Parts: sequence; structure tokens; C-alpha cells
Amino acid sequence: MRLIRKFFYGDIPDGTSGAEQQTTVTKKTDWPLWEVFIRSKQGLDHKHVGSLHAADAQMAIENARDVYTRRMEGVSIWVVESSQIVASNPQEAGELYEPATDKVYRHPTFYDLPDEVKHM
Amino acid sequence: MPTYELEKLFQDRIEQEIKIEPKDWMPDAYRKTNLRQISQHAHSEIVGMLPEGNWISRAPSLKRKAILLAKVQDEAGHGLYLYSAAETLGQSREQMIEDLHSGKAKYSSIFNYPTLTWADIGAVGWLVDGAAIMNQVMLTRTSYGPYARAMVRICKEESFHQRQGFETLLILSRGTPAQRAMCQDAINRWWWPALMMFGPRDSESSNSDLSMKWKIKRKSNDELRQQFIDMIAEQVKLLGMQLPDPALKWNAARNHYDFGEINWEEFWQVVKGNGPCNKERLEARKKAWEEGQWVREAAAAYAAKNKSRNKAA
Repeated sequence: MRLIRKFFYGDIPDGTSGAEQQTTVTKKTDWPLWEVFIRSKQGLDHKHVGSLHAADAQMAIENARDVYTRRMEGVSIWVVESSQIVASNPQEAGELYEPATDKVYRHPTFYDLPDEVKHM
Repeated sequence: MPTYELEKLFQDRIEQEIKIEPKDWMPDAYRKTNLRQISQHAHSEIVGMLPEGNWISRAPSLKRKAILLAKVQDEAGHGLYLYSAAETLGQSREQMIEDLHSGKAKYSSIFNYPTLTWADIGAVGWLVDGAAIMNQVMLTRTSYGPYARAMVRICKEESFHQRQGFETLLILSRGTPAQRAMCQDAINRWWWPALMMFGPRDSESSNSDLSMKWKIKRKSNDELRQQFIDMIAEQVKLLGMQLPDPALKWNAARNHYDFGEINWEEFWQVVKGNGPCNKERLEARKKAWEEGQWVREAAAAYAAKNKSRNKAA
């Protein structure tokens, strides 16, 4: 009996696809990765939309236009090399945000005021 | 923290519908499954440009040509969103492309069928993109953040694809007898392969089901397939055409359409590389990659030269 493996739409299990098997040596020639930020209209922040590969900043902007603004999604594009981004570590989230967790008095709802006080 | 505790935390987050992001801890198998699935999805978008690209130079009017160009460009964009999402899991773009070319990585078997007539472009938009949308709408809620976000973007754009496909067939269905025949012929050839896109029946699958547990997937193959059939069986009436399945019949008790047996032998043959166009598709991808090599190198050399010039200045 043939063993049937779970096979979901869009997820074909590993195994031969019939193409000739070959081993290739990876030359690391990928262009650098850039993160793309788009301002969707004047007055709004630039927002991260994804990333792409490009040889330099100019090409990154042009590729970002083609990949992320085909339907007028943006009026301004920022690109930054992914390697330049410094990110916080999710595993240290507890300590990192700890100073904020016990200061409920920073929120307006902490203060109990009579209903008669308007516009506050 | 020991692995079993990390695993428990991970599963708790999944249960609470909290998305998993690239730097979060995740089980190796979760990373591997997502990487395989997202990269296959990306490859499918890229290889999927080939059957449609076949008709760009032969579209029946300038309007249809412009539409088809825009659609094929969208497919390229979808491939790029997905490659980026896959890269967040730690595999290089170059490696993914090499895996496609070596046959290690898969893409959707549907693109191993040929587009023989103009009506095929309509049928691909209506049936193939239609089936893909069923899957993709579900995946907008998948548990891996970058994949879900790419899907939201893709779903917004796909609806144009399906509508233009149906409209193409609608116009043919109102045309001359030859155009009507062409329309019916395309539907006949694409219907069964489109149903195969959803994969084997659920009964043929093993019980352990991590994709569901991890909420990468939220619906089974049969659920999605039934949903698709119910939708298309109604839409085909508006075309005045037939689906090539004598067993297709509304079942009031089930509140679904019943349908005939899918040719699973054909399905497995195409997956294994013996479909009508498997070789041709991979050859075309490899050729494009190899012939683009000098462009990639030249652009990198130009960027490096500018960089050193700017430093010197």
C-alpha cells in the first residue's frame, strides 16, 4: 500500500517532481535586501509594506514603485537596507516593556471624575 | 527555557490568534512547513506567468493585451511579495530559485497545462484564479504574520483577475458559434485540473494534522473544493455553458452540489513531472534565470563602483 502523506492545497510534500535532480553551488550573488515604507497619502505616516532585492537605492525605489504601488497605493517611498535595521528581541519583551506595565496612572481612565465635568 | 515550554507558549499564542512574527521562537517544523508552502506559492505565481504570457503577443485587441500585461505583472508582484515573506524564515532568494530549478521545490501543477486558445485565458482567470482565491482568502488569516500580510495584498489584486477572466468568457459566450465552441472547449479542458488544484480528498490524508493545529491552514481540501464547485456551478449558468461533469447535480439534502470522480491518476502524474508542460515550464524559468545572470552581475558591479566612488569623494 502506498503511504499517503498529508497533502494540503498549496503545500505539496517533498519528493521528486520529475525534474532532473542536480546539485548546484550557490554563489552568493543575491542583491541586498531592502525594506520598503510607503506613505499612502499626504498627512499619513510611512508604513512598512514589505521588502525586495535591489543592487542600489535608486533601483530599490524603482522596484518598490513597480512591486508595491501598481494601484496608486503611495505618494512617497522610503527604502532602507534591511541590514541597517536594528530590532528589539521578542524574547526580551518582558523586561523591555516592564517599566510601562505598572503605571496605570498614565492613562486618562485612571482618574475618576464626576459626570458633570464636561469636555475632559 | 526548555523546548517543551517554548512549544507550549507558542501553541498558546496560536490558540489566542496571536500572529507569529519572524523573530519569535517557533518549532522547527513550523518554520519548515511555512517555508515550503510560501516558497511553493511564490514559485506558482512566477511559473503561472508562463501560460498567460503565451497570449500577450496574440491577444485579440489592444485593450485585452494591456489587461493581460497588467495581470501578468501582478503575478510577478505576487511572487515577489511571497519570496520576501519566505525569506523572513531564513532562506535566501537565490536558494529558493535554485530549488525550483533543480526540481526540489514544487509549484502548483495547474501551470503544467497548456493555454491553447484565447478562451483559455478567460478560463484560467475564472477557474484557476477562482480556485486560488478560495485558498488565498483563507490564508489571509494564517498564523504566520508575513504570509498573512502578503495574502491580504494579493487578495485585493486577485479579484480583478477573476473578473476579467469571467468577462472574457462572457463575451465569447455571446459571440459567433465558433467563439461559443471555443469557450466551451476551454471550460471542458480546465474544469477538472482546476478541481485537482485543491489536492487529494481529505479521506486520503493522515490524522496528525499540524497545519491545522498551527493554523497555517484553516479549511480542508474537500471543504475548499466543495465551496468552489458550488460557486462555479451557479456562475456557469450565466455563461450559458456546461461544466463537463454529468454527475454534477444540486443535492438539497446536503445543500451542496454533488460531483463526479476526479481522475487522481492524472493528478499524481502531473505532480510527478509527467504533465503536458512540466519540462517546458522549468526550461523557460531556467533560461530566463541564466540569461539574466549578466544583468544581475552588471547591476551589482555598477552599484559597487558607485559606492567606492562616493567613498573616495
